Amino acid sequence: MALDEYQKRDFKIIGTRQPRPDGIDKVTGRALYGADITAPGMLYAAMLRAPHAHANIKSIDTSRAEAMSEVKAVVTAADFVQGLGDDTQDVIDACIARDKVLYDGHGVVAIAATSRAAARRALKLIQVEYEVLPHAVEIDDALAAGAPVIQAGRRGNKVPKGYNDNCTNWCEFGHGDLDAGFAKADKIISRSFRTAATHQGYIEPHACLASMGPDGQGDLWCCTQGQYFVRTLCAEIIGMEESRLRVTSSEIGGGFGGKTTVFIEPIALMLSKKAGRPVKMTMSRDEVFKATGPTVSSVTDVRIGMTRDGRITAGEAFLRYQGGAFPCLTIFPGAQSAFAVYDLSAVRTRAVNVMTNRPRQAAYRAPGAPMAIYAVESVVDELCQEFGLDPLEVRLLNAASKGTKSSYGPTFDDIGLLATLKAAKAHPHYTAPLGPNQGRGLSCGFWFNFGGNTSVSLNVNFDGTIGVTEGNPDIGGSRVSISMMAAEELGVPYDKVRTIVADTNSLGHNDVTDGSRVTFAVGLATIKAARAAIGEMCRRAARVWDIDEDAVIWEDGHAKPAGPNAGSHQPMSLAEIARQSPNTGGPISGHHEVNAEGAGVSFGVHLCDLEVDPETGFTTILRYTVFQDAGRAIHPDFVEGQMQGGAAQGIGWALNEEYIYGKDGRLQNAGFLDYRIPVASDLPKIDTVILEIPNPGHPYGVRGVGETSIVPPLAAISNAVSRTIGVRMQELPMSPPKILAAIKSAGN
Amino acid sequence: MSKIHVTTRINGDEAEFLCDAEETLLDVLRDHLNLTGAKEGCASGDCGACSVTLNGRLVCSCLVLGAEADGAEIATIEGMASGEKLHVLQQKFLDHAALQCGICTPGILIAAKSLLEKNPDPSETEVRYWLAGNLCRCTGYDKIINAVIDAAAEMRKV
Ligand code: FES
Ligand code: FES
Repeated sequence: MALDEYQKRDFKIIGTRQPRPDGIDKVTGRALYGADITAPGMLYAAMLRAPHAHANIKSIDTSRAEAMSEVKAVVTAADFVQGLGDDTQDVIDACIARDKVLYDGHGVVAIAATSRAAARRALKLIQVEYEVLPHAVEIDDALAAGAPVIQAGRRGNKVPKGYNDNCTNWCEFGHGDLDAGFAKADKIISRSFRTAATHQGYIEPHACLASMGPDGQGDLWCCTQGQYFVRTLCAEIIGMEESRLRVTSSEIGGGFGGKTTVFIEPIALMLSKKAGRPVKMTMSRDEVFKATGPTVSSVTDVRIGMTRDGRITAGEAFLRYQGGAFPCLTIFPGAQSAFAVYDLSAVRTRAVNVMTNRPRQAAYRAPGAPMAIYAVESVVDELCQEFGLDPLEVRLLNAASKGTKSSYGPTFDDIGLLATLKAAKAHPHYTAPLGPNQGRGLSCGFWFNFGGNTSVSLNVNFDGTIGVTEGNPDIGGSRVSISMMAAEELGVPYDKVRTIVADTNSLGHNDVTDGSRVTFAVGLATIKAARAAIGEMCRRAARVWDIDEDAVIWEDGHAKPAGPNAGSHQPMSLAEIARQSPNTGGPISGHHEVNAEGAGVSFGVHLCDLEVDPETGFTTILRYTVFQDAGRAIHPDFVEGQMQGGAAQGIGWALNEEYIYGKDGRLQNAGFLDYRIPVASDLPKIDTVILEIPNPGHPYGVRGVGETSIVPPLAAISNAVSRTIGVRMQELPMSPPKILAAIKSAGN
Repeated sequence: MSKIHVTTRINGDEAEFLCDAEETLLDVLRDHLNLTGAKEGCASGDCGACSVTLNGRLVCSCLVLGAEADGAEIATIEGMASGEKLHVLQQKFLDHAALQCGICTPGILIAAKSLLEKNPDPSETEVRYWLAGNLCRCTGYDKIINAVIDAAAEMRKV
């Protein structure tokens, strides 16, 4: 058995609730986030952003700004080399417009000046001449014949005939005979669903401090989900070798996928390079909404056939996503996840991405999945209503399980969907009475999870304490979980371990904190690094005892002689071995590098009770319960936190949140007042039930838990609203006017 | 442009600074006084991440001018613990895992403290409405509310 496979065991530390190492800093205001540091001689950056959705830049005159003594550097797209790899070129083109403005808020000129006020004054002196072009911000408009072409030459080569030049990506998944499947159905329902673009809404705006020296070496401090990826992108964009740019991730004030790329960092580096001084660049909230990556908006057609006893005979979906003014791959996970919770003999999904005059999308928690699964779970719910079937029973009947050939190809190993559904069925929430104007909805959710490139190094200090160095920004308690796994494996108390997040030059590569990968992949590497250190500690003990190293075993934090030729020696504790290590061969450490596979897919089920006010169309969430398979919950508090946080974001998406564009293609609600995320008084308690169906691909059985939780709320809430008002809702968000219109249209 | 000279007290200590007329109290705290515990999430009064108290009253420091601090008494998150001893609320936030990323935490702690000073025994609904001006995107608020209610109970004991 390979070491990284799951082995059943009794845990001492895993599953307890230990204090997080960054906790005190975060409750006392000491923790340093992106905008919290300064450097001597630092300049402040500001960015002039275009007030048009789509326009040619005819000319830029920065001479009056440059004449200000406080202005130390001016940067436009002309300062950056072009012809980078497609992806990287898109990243920098999305930060600063080359010759055409592609969305409202697209950066045009950046300034570094001696004070914030001076930088702002300088922006007012810049003159840009635009030639405004026709725009398209909605999917249907961008897909229409004769639509303005957002970027020429980007049509995807897989896109079928009949789609215009804005269509950049296409994909298809599925298996089985659809016609035969639909022929077996007693009822087929086809519906079309729409979801609005939403923003991750992290409370910390993007911020960085960039410093380029005259020697060509650079330092960058920023709030990011992945310092290594920031380095890769910025080094390529600036034209420097990766080793010459050190990127340090600050504490991060939320990301949810939105901080997996760069929006200001290359600009700040270029300003610093030109000015020869450190440059601090921060985004305002308005800039965050306009010029960072929200999620895609979507139109999804779904067709599902079901027998009267609730068996799904065939399912088909066609997804149209827009991810802004650039090609976008989010259709792939969307199309792959649409039917992933079901065991189907005939299933097909197709998807197209279309460019619009909107900002380049960034990942948002389970990118692509919530909107696809919302559409499928809505139609399944309607079919249940049609036949008078219990929606949980129907899910149980059709649920994917071990051995199911998934709708996107692979065959599932041990998965937790059935257990999750059964837990929901047995929970008192499912049978609690409902009052007038109240309804209950449910939905399943799914996410793939990811492993990826990971490096961990673990040092046994001379005093017997442990330092773990990992390279993934801690976005919600990962340092404590990593420390717990190290302590568990070594057999030392939790408080002997301290985990820190390294900068890019202190540890080997680590992929971005995404795909719910950190507790899984960094945990796996930590356990293996601990095992490497244990191997060395056993060798040291063998040396002291002058016995064969194979005759030493590790138990409860001690090296012990074992086997016929070991002789009798007092067990040596880790602390003792550590103390003697200078005399037995020097410092002891373990490290592990891996491109981790076997992340283990994740499933969840959400139950939601709500009440709709028939006079206003306002929806109040009354009760909410999240059931999710965590594989193994290392620190239950933070697993629950992920489940609750995702649910809250999904509730916002279902009821309130949307990007609203005017006829002029400009964003009308770029602030927290008008883009309203859930506040404490909007929400009820969010109950959680953690299931633990061990992931076979992790030594402790861990599955990622961060993303699945945002998937089910969309359909769970839509199904509850639809059942309450007696009308099938087909568009998110379900703001009061939309619900009121639906009630009126049905004449109830 | 001439600067305004302001004398104030922050967390009990005398403080003095020069600021531009347009600078907010949040700008002053963060940029001039190096008190970066108050965060800027929106600069428009919508997120509460910048919460401090001004003469005992809970305010968004992004909506107060630096010049208005003259002669005032300001309390920020940096003054909440006494030396090594955490305030009950701070400890309860840790005990209940009421923070994930923690960017909202300083503002929420200040706001919660000011609630408990006015109402030592708030209901869950009262806590939820009092904190409605403090956005948290990570937690879904559940553990925050539990922490505040638990802290209130603990504080009523002493
Ligand atoms: S920064 Fe002051 S309320 Fe958001
Ligand atoms: S803990 Fe991240 S915003 Fe509240």
